[in-house]
Amino acid sequence: MRVGLFVTCLVDLMRPSVGFAALRLLEAAGATVVVPSTQTCCGQPAYNGGDRKDARTLAAKLVAEFEDCDFLVAPSGSCSGMIRTHYADLFADDPAMSARVSALAAKTRELTDFLVNDAQLDRVPGRFDGKVTYHDCCAGLREMGTKRQPRVLLAKVPGLELAEMADCETCCGFGGTFALKFGEISSRLADNKCGHIAASGADAVVLGDVGCMLNIEGRLRRLGNDKQVLHVAEVLTGERPG
Amino acid sequence: MQVASMHFKARAHANLHDERLQSKLKRLEAKFVAKRRASLHEVDDFEATREAGKAIRNRALENLDVWLEAFERTATARGATVLFAETPADINALVLGIAARHRVQKIIKSKSMVSEESALDHAIEAAGMTVVETDLGEYILQINNYEPPSHIIGPALHKSKEEVAELFHRKHGTPVKTGIEELCHEARGVLRQHYLTADMGISGGNFFVAETGSVVLVTNEGNATLATTLPKVHVAISGIEKIVPTLEDVATLMRLLPRSATGQSISNYVDVLTGRKGEGEFHGAEHMYFIVVDCGRTEVLASDVRDALRCIRCGACMNHCPVYQNVGGHAYGWVYPGPIGSILTPMYVGLEKAQDLPAASTMCNQCGVVCPVKIPLPDLQRKLREHAFERRLRPWYERLGHVAWSSMAQRPAFYTLATRLLVRIMKAMGGKQRLIHRIPFAGGWTDGRDMPAPPGRTFRDQYRQLSRQRQGGGR
Repeated sequence: MRVGLFVTCLVDLMRPSVGFAALRLLEAAGATVVVPSTQTCCGQPAYNGGDRKDARTLAAKLVAEFEDCDFLVAPSGSCSGMIRTHYADLFADDPAMSARVSALAAKTRELTDFLVNDAQLDRVPGRFDGKVTYHDCCAGLREMGTKRQPRVLLAKVPGLELAEMADCETCCGFGGTFALKFGEISSRLADNKCGHIAASGADAVVLGDVGCMLNIEGRLRRLGNDKQVLHVAEVLTGERPG
Repeated sequence: MQVASMHFKARAHANLHDERLQSKLKRLEAKFVAKRRASLHEVDDFEATREAGKAIRNRALENLDVWLEAFERTATARGATVLFAETPADINALVLGIAARHRVQKIIKSKSMVSEESALDHAIEAAGMTVVETDLGEYILQINNYEPPSHIIGPALHKSKEEVAELFHRKHGTPVKTGIEELCHEARGVLRQHYLTADMGISGGNFFVAETGSVVLVTNEGNATLATTLPKVHVAISGIEKIVPTLEDVATLMRLLPRSATGQSISNYVDVLTGRKGEGEFHGAEHMYFIVVDCGRTEVLASDVRDALRCIRCGACMNHCPVYQNVGGHAYGWVYPGPIGSILTPMYVGLEKAQDLPAASTMCNQCGVVCPVKIPLPDLQRKLREHAFERRLRPWYERLGHVAWSSMAQRPAFYTLATRLLVRIMKAMGGKQRLIHRIPFAGGWTDGRDMPAPPGRTFRDQYRQLSRQRQGGGR
């Protein structure tokens, strides 16, 4: 099984440990992992910013990089959601590309979904002593149907206890460039999220997207709170930001 | 209504720091969200019903001209007069014309958001007549110097009972009341005399039924029934898109509307009003008019955001929107707030006056998953962002940021070098704490948050080195 790992630009730049954790998990699941070296960004910032032309160019580039794999897996519900649910819209007027896009979309997976439903991974290498709470990132939840999968995997981590927080499905306020354009509103949403995290009594908050992670961690730190914010792949493997 | 949507950011800022408003907004969860959730199980297959609702609305929109003509025919046959308003000014002119014809002195209104588009109450008062809003929320806002509504079904949602008590005391000259029931009783006492003395009643219209020529009104207070049947003239005002083909379609939509709005199985009142009072009939207005409103709707119909016209005005999108829940309805600056407002406002008043609204969304799609007629709200917001981008309406620095990132990401070799440098700089900026407190040109982020600093080497750089080591035999 040849799995193309789409690292995503945010993991590549901001949190490489998530990429290595994903790599380890995919290998543990028995996959032959390829990491196309020219990969950059899926085009979502351009797409959501209204710049269709650039989004199309980046989408076409990504399709060419990954279409020969059996699966494309990304440690992100947002980027995998972009590929699986939005690429088709970009090429609606191009039948040849449409066919290639829908073929790739059909084999695009969010990491935890792949591990649970495709690879049926039964043991994970990580260990975590303490209580965690899980934040359901919007695109993973509502575009990719990621809800049960990370919880199934976290339940396999020795020493880990899951304490659900209130409103775990409510947006943290990241929203890509929304966080920059409407920083004050975005920070308020992050603030609400931090309140629920604190109330859960968890030692760490775990999630599946680095964008939301930077937002929540950034707000926690500004509030003087040093609670750990970890990607689910980091928890499952014990990888930590270097 | 005056458009203030260009001031979205400033208004949102003010509302985020208005503690009284914030405590009111917290009520959305209990008042709407939880009740909706609890009511869904009453319908065997709510998802299939949403799909049916979407199909009904699409069927109407696909042949809107045909259904409108059918409606005009059936309504006219039942003795009503059907008038079309192309612009907000037309709505007001038609209402004033009808009022003059019937020598109207006093008008009572039940809830109509469409009449807010044309600021109808002001036009009526300017023409020397009296107008009284009878929906309790709208009445509260009217006597508070025509404060704008902040929610499409709970217009005075932002008001506390203490504020209302103080307002009633001041405007009615009565002792200050404390309980909600007492306040309702007082409003009822004031409004009752108006029902009995008004010559004309104006209502909105949740649906216009082509098959029967009826208007359907969905309300909880009973004021619409009185306002449309006691005065001698009834004028129902609603948008062209509110047409549905048959009464059976209404029955399906009524399984969705109250549940999505307030979590009720059905609203307290559902009026189906058909034609003027006939001979030997006891109830109804002697003269019935429909004002069917365009005001930008045909443009929406012809556009790539046409799906927005499926809206049945339940308010679920705003109730569930994390942005609306925090900034409140007034921040949006016009008649329709929240996700649906972020589409309708730019389409009705001009994108250049309201371009922040479709941008001010995290695209979390909570609105899309609760919409009873499955309007893909974030997709429509994105369409309007595309229009704004094409028309170069966004600020230059935003555009530059997008274009710079995209052109870099299209050139992998350059991207590798540029990101290598970028993460080193960011690492240095983070210092020992590994936190960046201030980023030039990114105050939007760092005003309220730190940026966790990256470790200084990209994944791709580290991976390349690792692969080389692996190929070399050692790890």
